[in-house]
Amino acid sequence: MSEWTDARPARTPGMTAKEEILARVRAALAVPRRDEVTEAADVPRAYQRADDKQEVRTAPEKMRRVLVRRLEDCTATVHRATAATAPAMISAALGEARSAVVPSGLPASWLTQVDASLVVDDGTAAAHELDEFDAVLTGCHTAIALTGTLVLRSDDLGGRRAISHVPDCHVIVVEADQVVLGVPKAIERMATDPCAAWTMISGPSATSDIELERVEGMHGPRRLEVVLIEPEPDPTPEPETASAPKAAPEPVPDPAPPAAPATTQEKTS
Amino acid sequence: MSTVHLGFPAVRPQHASPSSRLRGERGFPEAAREELGDGTLRENLRRATSSIQSKRASAVREVRDWQKLRNAGSALKWQVTDHLPELLEQLEASVAAAGGVVHWARDAEEAGEIVTRLALERGAQEVLKVTSSATQEIGLDEVLGHAGIRAIESDLAELIVQLARDAPSPLLLPAIHRNRSEIREIFLATMPDLDPSITDEPAELAAAARRLLREKFLDMPGSVAISGADFAVADTGTMVVVESEGNGRMCLTLPRTLISVVGIEAIVPSFQDLEVFLQLLPRSSTGERMSPCTTLFTGVHEGDGPEEFHLVLLDNGRSAVLEDPEGRSALHCIQCSACLNVCPVYQRTGGQAYGSTYPGPIGAILSPQMTGMHGSDDPNSTLPYASSLCGACYDVCPVKINIPEVLVHLRAKDVDRRRETRGDFHGTWDVALQGASKLMASPRAYDLAVRSAGPLSSVLPGKNIGKLPGVLPLMTGWTDHRDLPKPGASFRTWWDQHEKDRAAQEPAHGPEGGSAAATTDDDPGSTDEERS
Ligand code: SF4
Repeated sequence: MSEWTDARPARTPGMTAKEEILARVRAALAVPRRDEVTEAADVPRAYQRADDKQEVRTAPEKMRRVLVRRLEDCTATVHRATAATAPAMISAALGEARSAVVPSGLPASWLTQVDASLVVDDGTAAAHELDEFDAVLTGCHTAIALTGTLVLRSDDLGGRRAISHVPDCHVIVVEADQVVLGVPKAIERMATDPCAAWTMISGPSATSDIELERVEGMHGPRRLEVVLIEPEPDPTPEPETASAPKAAPEPVPDPAPPAAPATTQEKTS
Repeated sequence: MSTVHLGFPAVRPQHASPSSRLRGERGFPEAAREELGDGTLRENLRRATSSIQSKRASAVREVRDWQKLRNAGSALKWQVTDHLPELLEQLEASVAAAGGVVHWARDAEEAGEIVTRLALERGAQEVLKVTSSATQEIGLDEVLGHAGIRAIESDLAELIVQLARDAPSPLLLPAIHRNRSEIREIFLATMPDLDPSITDEPAELAAAARRLLREKFLDMPGSVAISGADFAVADTGTMVVVESEGNGRMCLTLPRTLISVVGIEAIVPSFQDLEVFLQLLPRSSTGERMSPCTTLFTGVHEGDGPEEFHLVLLDNGRSAVLEDPEGRSALHCIQCSACLNVCPVYQRTGGQAYGSTYPGPIGAILSPQMTGMHGSDDPNSTLPYASSLCGACYDVCPVKINIPEVLVHLRAKDVDRRRETRGDFHGTWDVALQGASKLMASPRAYDLAVRSAGPLSSVLPGKNIGKLPGVLPLMTGWTDHRDLPKPGASFRTWWDQHEKDRAAQEPAHGPEGGSAAATTDDDPGSTDEERS
């Protein structure tokens, strides 16, 4: 009935799949397009990069304020602490958990008031054994304020990935100097070790697949608790603030009402 | 062409394998008509598309450098297509250096064979899958099934679909055509241990799915998982998987062997370039600032995650898309689904009417280029017409694919091809225009036809003319898919009347009196909008 036949794509005898795919692509691209070929240097980088003044000059306490709100937006619970109160806050964040697994490199000071029985991961526990733990406690590598994202590297602070994926509750401790404003700065930090295994977490996992109703904790931890360790307020001025004396008028988008009506327009120009 | 090619005959780009899930049984108009009759689907779609659309809009509004990010994203994607051979080789080298193994698959069959062989060699009877369009496109589940391997979907929506043995609908929210009570029925019928007192609350249903999948994750049957990747970074060999549910990170981390099937277009040149795409994708896709889980991994890591990583790079028609310089930008798609949700056609028909793994506006330009358009009997020849060319898709596309322009280009190509091959006219349009050209060639015939249309329309009820086969000889076919506004008096009739009136008023106004304002005032045909 149909007068068209869909031939099986031809393969060239004697050519490996790799050779053939590359040859096909080269043949296809031999047909020039209207515009000039785009080289890496031609990519317009006018967007806010890691060295953007907003990223560099925004006051750290302002960044942290944004981070806290954005984390709360994606339904994480945030506990704000100082070095002195961190142990108590970490203990509070673990809540009812009776047992928790931790990676090997957490500062001992974090653990002084923890009630749960702690097991330091030695890399041997299988997934179903990890499932026995009520919680996992890790540090973090970078926290992105504008998106409320916590970036974990699989090292002795973030732990191998399985330990942070399996238990039901994940407590992440963030230190002030890990907080950056935007995604580009975070990628810049991650690019110092691009081949590590990275997990970027923005709130507990969720699904909206059943009639679009958001259900949290689909897989992986259902509860995300964040302890943010900040410098002691005032007396000693923070070193970071010193570099940005006039930080106040900086146009950091205020997270509560989404930044000023439509700075971006849906234009294709 | 093939002059100095070291003994090989000239290799040409090839269309996708016929076995690929890229073409439906029927053309778009026919399939759409059926989908339009499904009330649940239409209601769910309307809610889904409008709620995601507004979430996306506010997530995008928040980013003040959005347009600059789009410009960068678009340029990066052009950089990738312009330099694809080099970047692919670079990617292979980086993945190998990190301890991964790269396989090349010319078409769906080859990809299926590679994955099946890898799974069988590892003695897997069950494998866990993270949904990806590449594995869907090559019909991997079925291929594995023939080899006696059961693929278990780990995305909730796909799991529901798998349990219901249904064909998935769009890229995002594939369970869209099931409502909660249907899902409850499906679960009760397929999960033997499920407590029958379960309600149809989404939270309870999701929890049931979590339990079912958790058992699978934790003891990873066969310990093989199959995924796709949103981005493959050429300079580091890093795979990036962006997801909401967290099933991805389980599958990428817990098994012993991970196999990722990735289209050759998913390349990103450098790790640093992720700063663009990790901003563009989540906001465009689900309207989140960042998706709940984003996983980046490179090769294998001792003591952490899979011990073996295999990357299957898939052509399957992609080289054919690249061959057309006017259409190759279709391969820039980062599969965010934003263009689907804004499309007035997709909003009503849903994904299945497109008959392909890639639905919506992007599917309408991608599928026909991957498979080729083979004339009037080929369902994919109808896809470039499945659009009103309103341009909304171009406005939202994070990598600025000019979908309307490519649609028009593909329509032109389709028409040209038909003319060339058999003088085969495209029924509706060409026949109508043929008739019109005869009619318009004779002033008398034309005059008669348009004057008779006026009185004729007065016998039709309503403001618009719907499907009217054969009533207006000029308009058959046309009215199959469109409503026609009921004509008022024809221009010629109006003009005659107008001239008569003018002649009657002439003495009063003088020769210059018939100013534009005065004339249009009694213009019977024009409405307010037309005048402004
Ligand atoms: S074409 Fe553009 S808008 Fe549509 S899914 Fe692809 S990237 Fe998104």
